[in-house]
Amino acid sequence: MSLASRRTVFLVAAVGFAALFLWGLAGLPDFGAYDGVYGETLNRVALRQRHATNLVAAVTFDYRGFDTMGEEYILFAAVVGVAILMRAQRDEEEDAPDDDARDRLTPRTSDAVRVLGLGVFGPIVLFGIYVVAHGHLTPGGGFQGGVVLATGVVLVYLAGRYSALRGITPGASAEFAEAAGAAGYVGVGLLGLLASGTFLFNWLPFGTTGLLTSAGMIPFINLFVGLEVAGGFVLILTEFLEQTLVVREVDSGGPEGKRERDRS
Amino acid sequence: MEILQGMTLLFVAVSATGVVLTREPLAQAIMVSFYGIILGILFFVFQAPDVALSQIVVGAVALPLMILLALAKARGHAE
Repeated sequence: MSLASRRTVFLVAAVGFAALFLWGLAGLPDFGAYDGVYGETLNRVALRQRHATNLVAAVTFDYRGFDTMGEEYILFAAVVGVAILMRAQRDEEEDAPDDDARDRLTPRTSDAVRVLGLGVFGPIVLFGIYVVAHGHLTPGGGFQGGVVLATGVVLVYLAGRYSALRGITPGASAEFAEAAGAAGYVGVGLLGLLASGTFLFNWLPFGTTGLLTSAGMIPFINLFVGLEVAGGFVLILTEFLEQTLVVREVDSGGPEGKRERDRS
Repeated sequence: MEILQGMTLLFVAVSATGVVLTREPLAQAIMVSFYGIILGILFFVFQAPDVALSQIVVGAVALPLMILLALAKARGHAE
């Protein structure tokens, strides 16, 4: 296709797109206008029905709890997929996470980063737990709090060493947290099935509105989601770190490859 | 309030353009983190604090971190 005919095709398509786009924009409701029946109804009844001051949590973990379970398993499947892709391949070997070249200067972590990282670690973890635990009261919840918790783990790596990171996430604990969180969500659903015959039925007493112990099963689901998300993110990040720091390609190119490696 | 919302929209457009115009991958990772924070502020200003919190933890923290780690791995390969 020549340049001129390509340009013609593009111009025709661009004009058509612009016309449709402007037509669509003209039909939009006014700024801030909302005529969703579902939202208005929930706004009226949800606080009375579920005693959860964060209506978003009431929707995601109760009225639409089954959808959120699906989303949780999307994350679960994604994390498992990354972990499988990142594992040491046949032509790679795991090496001690230190520098191969002894004479190369590696920049030391600055004292400012170390002090700040270690000082902020405690508050970050506390904040993550707070966000998870108050998901049904204030904005936040298991997902957001879980990622905040995972960033606390990253701070340990930033302020300390890779070995310190391995120290606080020993062996399979991240995998376990992720799997237990995913299983816990289904467990809560099955409890509802046992209690009332409906999957994810919110059968616990709803308590006093505004207290930590209100909204029935929603805080428990938040807890499991937080566990799953924190475990999953820590798992992904440690896999990435391992790929960067530990896994090296095995030389298969004979003496040529060996010399190549010695030089670098 | 609407002035604030308009200004935030403008900031999002400017920082998004900045991400595209930054060609150096390392600088781009930091730009995308900055853009993630601005987008989080946009959601907050438009009264969606839940989404804002998700946007900040994913867009400003988790995503740039993974890009940085992937960059470090790719550079180790190239050497």
